[in-house]
Amino acid sequence: MATRQQLVSEEYEYGFNDGDVGVLKFQKGLTRQVVEEISRIKQEPAWMLDFRLHALDIFLKKPMPKWGADLSALDFEKIVYYVKPSDRQGKTWDEVPQQIKDTFERLGIPEAERKFLAGVSAQYDSEVVYHNIHKDLEEQGIIFTDTDTALREYPDLVREYFGTVIPSEDNKFAALNTAVWSGGSFVYLPKGVHCNIPLQAYFRINSENMGQFERTLIIADEGSFGHYVEGCTAPTYNSESLHSAVVEILVKEGARMRYTTVQNWASNVFNLVTKRAIAEKNATMEWVDGNIGSKVTMKYPSVYLVGEGARGMVLSIAVAGKGQHQDTGSKMYHYAPHTTSTILSKSISKHGGKTTYRGLVHMAKGVEGAKSNVKCDTLILDEESNSDTIPYTEVSDSRVEMEHEATVTKVSEEQLFYLMSRGLSEEDATRMVVMGFIEPFTRELPMEFAVEMNRLIKFEMEGAIG
Amino acid sequence: MAGPELAIDNLHVAVDGTPVLKGLTLSIRGGEVHAVMGPNGTGKSTLAQTIMGHPRYQVTGGSITLDGQDLLAMKTDARARAGLFLAMQYPNEVSGVTTANFLRTALNARRDAKDPVRLKEFRDELDHAMDILSIDHGFANRYLNEGFSGGEKKRNEILQMLLLKPRIAVLDEIDSGLDIDAVRIVAQGVDASRSPELGLLIITHYQRILNYIKPDYVHIVYDGRVVKSGGPELAETLESRGYEWIREELVPAVEGSPA
Repeated sequence: MATRQQLVSEEYEYGFNDGDVGVLKFQKGLTRQVVEEISRIKQEPAWMLDFRLHALDIFLKKPMPKWGADLSALDFEKIVYYVKPSDRQGKTWDEVPQQIKDTFERLGIPEAERKFLAGVSAQYDSEVVYHNIHKDLEEQGIIFTDTDTALREYPDLVREYFGTVIPSEDNKFAALNTAVWSGGSFVYLPKGVHCNIPLQAYFRINSENMGQFERTLIIADEGSFGHYVEGCTAPTYNSESLHSAVVEILVKEGARMRYTTVQNWASNVFNLVTKRAIAEKNATMEWVDGNIGSKVTMKYPSVYLVGEGARGMVLSIAVAGKGQHQDTGSKMYHYAPHTTSTILSKSISKHGGKTTYRGLVHMAKGVEGAKSNVKCDTLILDEESNSDTIPYTEVSDSRVEMEHEATVTKVSEEQLFYLMSRGLSEEDATRMVVMGFIEPFTRELPMEFAVEMNRLIKFEMEGAIG
Repeated sequence: MAGPELAIDNLHVAVDGTPVLKGLTLSIRGGEVHAVMGPNGTGKSTLAQTIMGHPRYQVTGGSITLDGQDLLAMKTDARARAGLFLAMQYPNEVSGVTTANFLRTALNARRDAKDPVRLKEFRDELDHAMDILSIDHGFANRYLNEGFSGGEKKRNEILQMLLLKPRIAVLDEIDSGLDIDAVRIVAQGVDASRSPELGLLIITHYQRILNYIKPDYVHIVYDGRVVKSGGPELAETLESRGYEWIREELVPAVEGSPA
């Protein structure tokens, strides 16, 4: 329906597409042959093909999860599982096919790279088409490459860690990703190395009915520090696309890793992602997770706090508009004494959108002195929109401290009156309340991303006042 | 340009269907200070909120004009941009928005979008106004009214008035809950803003603040109407004799008058 598409694309500025630019595109549907063919094209070692096929079996056996968002519109037979956009990967933007390069220009990636990034990876449909890292970081031994390249160039590292944080058995979508994964980032931070400027990956879906299954593996060795940032967009189509990533992170003793996401998928994308980190002794893992777009997002970044004194933090924002359901949250597993976790979840629903906070704090036996603090704040902008908070706790040790707080607020008449009495229009006043609400999130973003985030939220709020 | 004039004529206002103001008439010009006094529950705050256009207050009769423009036809933000200001009795808190950011946005809301206030100019003005009100400059970076003490909130209201430079300002119980030093500081701020271009309407239960800001006119509101107007001496009479005197002396006359 043309009118519907117009309406949708008016609300989403990255909804354009580049037409069929791929050099190789699979037929729709998932079979054993599809998995074998992906592995063959990539000339993978036999163990990886076995890994994929095992995961495919698990995927086929596992039922669709029924406990969360409505996934009934997702038809696995209608998804394209592999699209190769280009014959080669560029190390400079000039090596990237013109049309694809133009798209990334439009998304501002090369500019951001010039200004403030340590390295950039740009994935377009199934493959990373551009990859670059500052020379001096490479010289310090930092590895930042796409996961396919890593499998060829660092096979031992990949084999040692791949699937250890999130095994295929974990859930149906982790199994699916493991079967058909392509692209994603591989990061290795050597012992004691601090990478103070962010590494960025950008994920762009272009093809209709595309399934994007990037696989990211990050290893922060002892005492290292790094910040990885990812952004995502896709064209607006009338049929569904699927983004199902797996992100595995190991944070070794005394290391600190921050992983920031600003997800802004088009409203026809199912975003079903598994993200998990293992934090060892005195290690810190921080997930900063922004979910603005997609049709349905189910994502619960988690941290396994396995070493004494390990810390986990999740700071998330979810914005759900018309026809969107953001089912997000976090899971913190305390397996060692004196571990601490903090979850701050902020969500905004408007125009009939739905947000769900779904979280778990698990305290195992023997975790004396462990602490957890969970805070969920919800802002509901109109009567048709709604929000749920579903916090689970599993506590097997009494010597722990747990706090949970949840607030639901509406933009109140009094607040609007106050702001409007100073001359702000109702729209500006509402926007100001919303921007203030998400400020604890944006303040944690690198400045350039905070600016982008604020811009996106402002854009989302346009027309939010009937 | 002639000084501002706010004219309230035979104003009737209901809250949730209950009449509160029942024919209130009052007129304020630039350079004048009017005090509206009266016992609690007689409609003083309703008057303030109605002038500013709070949606909870339904005007059932009468008019309010600013320089001849029909304020009742304008939304709250348009009234503000036309030069009206209300220092609120209970200022709202806005988390995550700094006082400085808020003030700059409010200033820009009344300027051409292509000509926003320059940062340096804004900072200088803000610092100057904070000095008048003995406000620490760090205050500007705190979230709007969040965690402010009662006194800080009231000072913040006057700070906003000094920056936004309204033509008519209504101060609703700006002295309530303040100790004597705070009242003096707030009054200094108000005094600093006095000019022929500003008409002030001070709504207060107590005479105390009028020791610092001398009113030209004092109006006593009772049961939704102005029942007595006079000079500053009227406030002093109230201070010494209380409101009972009004009830005893004036109410029978009011009740006996034709509706």
